Amino acid sequence: MSIPENINVILATDCGSTTTKAILIEKVGDEFRLRVRGEAPTTVEAPFEDVTRGVINAIEEVEELSGRQILKNSDIQTPSDGMNGVDIYISTSSAGGGLQMMVSGVVKTMTAESAERAALGAGSIVMDVIASNDGRLPHERIERIRHLRPDMILLSGGIDGGTVKHVVELAELIEAAKPQPRLGSGYKLPVIYAGNKEARDKIRERLEDVTDLQVVDNLRPTLEEENLAPAREKIHDLFMEHVMAQAPGYKKLMHLTDAPIMPTPGAVGLLIQAIAEDEEIDVVGVDIGGATTDVFSVFEETFNRTVSANLGMSYSVANVLAESGLENILRWVPFEIDNADLRNRIVNKMIRPTTIPQTLTELKIEQAIAREALRLAFEQHKSFATSLKGVQRARDISDTFDQSMAGETLVNLESLDLIVGSGGVLSHAPRRQQAMLMMIDAFLPEGITELAVDSIFMMPQLGVLSTLHRQAATQVFEKDCLIRLGTCIAPFGSMRKPKEALKIDLELSSGESISETLPYGDLITYPLTFEGTATGEITPLNGLDLGKGKNSPIKVELRGGIVGLTFDARGRRPFGLPDDESERLSKLLHWYESMNIYPDEE
Amino acid sequence: MAHAYTPGLRVTARTKLRKTRRLPLTGDVIVEVGDQVKADDIVARTELPGAVTPLNIVNRLGIVAEDAPHCMTKEIGEKVEMNEVIAESSSFFGLFTSTAKAPVDGTIESVSDVTGQVIIRQAPVPVELKAYVDGKVVDILENEGVVLETNCAFIQGIFGIGGETNGEIAVVVNAPERTLTGTMIKDSHAGKIIIGGDMVTLGAIQKAKKAGVKGIVAGGIDDTDLKELLGYDIGVAITGSEDIPLSIVITEGFGKIAMANRTFQLLRQHEGKKASINGATQIRAGVIRPEVIITQDISDESEATEDIVAGSMSVGTQIRAIREPYFGHIGTVTELPSELVALPTEAKVRTLKAKFENGEEVTIPRANVEIIEKD
Repeated sequence: MSIPENINVILATDCGSTTTKAILIEKVGDEFRLRVRGEAPTTVEAPFEDVTRGVINAIEEVEELSGRQILKNSDIQTPSDGMNGVDIYISTSSAGGGLQMMVSGVVKTMTAESAERAALGAGSIVMDVIASNDGRLPHERIERIRHLRPDMILLSGGIDGGTVKHVVELAELIEAAKPQPRLGSGYKLPVIYAGNKEARDKIRERLEDVTDLQVVDNLRPTLEEENLAPAREKIHDLFMEHVMAQAPGYKKLMHLTDAPIMPTPGAVGLLIQAIAEDEEIDVVGVDIGGATTDVFSVFEETFNRTVSANLGMSYSVANVLAESGLENILRWVPFEIDNADLRNRIVNKMIRPTTIPQTLTELKIEQAIAREALRLAFEQHKSFATSLKGVQRARDISDTFDQSMAGETLVNLESLDLIVGSGGVLSHAPRRQQAMLMMIDAFLPEGITELAVDSIFMMPQLGVLSTLHRQAATQVFEKDCLIRLGTCIAPFGSMRKPKEALKIDLELSSGESISETLPYGDLITYPLTFEGTATGEITPLNGLDLGKGKNSPIKVELRGGIVGLTFDARGRRPFGLPDDESERLSKLLHWYESMNIYPDEE
Repeated sequence: MAHAYTPGLRVTARTKLRKTRRLPLTGDVIVEVGDQVKADDIVARTELPGAVTPLNIVNRLGIVAEDAPHCMTKEIGEKVEMNEVIAESSSFFGLFTSTAKAPVDGTIESVSDVTGQVIIRQAPVPVELKAYVDGKVVDILENEGVVLETNCAFIQGIFGIGGETNGEIAVVVNAPERTLTGTMIKDSHAGKIIIGGDMVTLGAIQKAKKAGVKGIVAGGIDDTDLKELLGYDIGVAITGSEDIPLSIVITEGFGKIAMANRTFQLLRQHEGKKASINGATQIRAGVIRPEVIITQDISDESEATEDIVAGSMSVGTQIRAIREPYFGHIGTVTELPSELVALPTEAKVRTLKAKFENGEEVTIPRANVEIIEKD
């Protein structure tokens, strides 16, 4: 693989679990711009079972739309001769499916919980947590390990220098269980040991021969410290090695690209970090795909990433139903629908993952599910976004024994400046208002928060490009990728009986003004472009708060976007929809209408 | 789109199919290349390590963990019987003796000087690997399994539950758009694979379980019924090991959807013959779909019919809609506009025009159809 010095034409693909997206970037004058985009279903299923087929299909669409010949005998023509070929071809991939792990630690609420957090933070599904004090008998634990057949086990336990007995006992159980990996019998099950360093030799004695043992730094070196990064990184490496490479045709794709294939979440994470650094703000990013939903955040300059491997809009859509419950999805659907019918529609999307909504009814259902997938993924992120990548995070001695996550998360909705959404259901929403409201409903931002969306779902490709050609990635990102939707103004607090909630006094740069009082429970949007500003004062009323205290006005200078300013007086902490069916439907219709979310009925 | 791609499922009247049968652990292959085997024949066997019972002897004997190995009266690898003394310690100048007895029959596997834990492994569990399909052994995977070849009719379903089984085909509905209900199932269906039309009801599944039916193949199933049957939501679609006495293969999807006529006719044509079915489904990269395999004369070397899988779409191609509002409708492509077309959702996508069997002409996103093979 060699990277040419003079790059003018760039081809980048992202192999998602459901769709493969290709973008062609060309240098026009001094500037890199997106030329065209192609898309094709990802081909991990029969009859092709080869990701490169979907890649070639997406590139052929790019060829058709751009008139540039890129493929030559199913190979990518590099470098470009000006008219044809490209200078560099790069790719990201998330077409490998989820990672299923079992974690174990000595004390259920301490090392075992830290281990669980490390595993979830690395994007895996935790199938079970085995702990010395989990109430099960040793033989029951052994049976459980034998039965589950995880992709990987994370073993932790004991602080450095502490007792070795308990963690060795766990290793003995794993050894006795002789666990077999789920994928193929050709390799040993990876076991990551991230426990008491004094026990390493004993652990090696027990597990080195029967498993693919990897030893990393203790994830709980002292009672007050948690050091999740080394375990997370190792899980991530093994994920790439063992699970992602299971995607059929992955090796062929590796030969086609000019740089190593980057996992999609890694690539998007780079861009979110770059936004936070460049603008010096707190950011939440989300990439909702077919199989997984990745959430990224930067708060107080700390980057965190979670990959919810079983929350997505196609392959994992039935799991969104299982995790959220039908009622939670139904609450966002603005019409009456038979429960059995709704369930069937959801699971049919799972078994036919590449289909798209044709009717408004289908679109509304899909966007209702998306709200729940995003909400659940964000909840997961909030619970586990607690430690710095590669840096030890100190815990106070007082909360050593209190491991409940309340109040520990770094995610602070009040300080959050920007939410960036990516992924098919957000980027391809026919109206940008839909993307904006889906994100507001799922994340429930508080105070003043800007929102943006990836225009055509190309953040993964730009993420990997940023590692090779920062200038091209930045230019395309700013000009062609990031669509500023606008600003959401949402006071927190709630009321039993609806009274006045917000007093708005704003002067727009266009010369117009907004002077209005919004009742509690209302949601309204005013158009304002990103270049335009709105300055003035907003006052929360009747016990609500915009960050400066109850009923305290705030001076603002707001930016708009393609949607504009959205005032959300529906309440927070808690936010709730009416329990009464007809009241709920009427509220939803009112909000959707006031934001002009959907076209008039079919 | 240069290539219209649909994740079409295979439905073929005659094909030569190869099946790799692999043990979960290495073991012994007991057939040879060239052997003809029946679905229930055993082709390989192994032994899974027996269940493990740990016993901590530290407290029992009042010793420290380091002394555990010295207190053992049985060696590692030695067989022990339940209640047999495996370790002892004496205290107070040998006046008092404490003993630890084996809680189960088994073999001493290890003794830990760190934890004082003794691991006793019970007798291994024999595992026998069946052929699953009637066929000929064409390759041996040393110590792992075999590759079988069979001439068969092959039908891939879209979703299933339950593992491998086989039985005689009994078509219990008279048309692909008829629903398979409980009243249609008789005691005589015991041991058979029964075929339904557009849907199998929960009542029919319950009755089939009671009657000893081995498998059900139908066009659709209600997700609500599936949840009731299993007791949980499917969530992530990795199935095949459900705790149910029969396997189910769904050919079209969830809800009431007529079984594709070609599939139905193929099954009807083979009524009374033996079919091997497997409900195992994995909707993930490296997808696994459920299947129905109807072995034909295994010595017959005549040519297999051409495999019909998804291909490119053109005017005249027969298609089936696989999403609302036309889910299950069958029609013929009449136009493939190259420009993007706005849907009622306002999304602009690639579409096709199709004429349904009822004469209705509609526009559908290309992503929402699958190609139907022609006979």
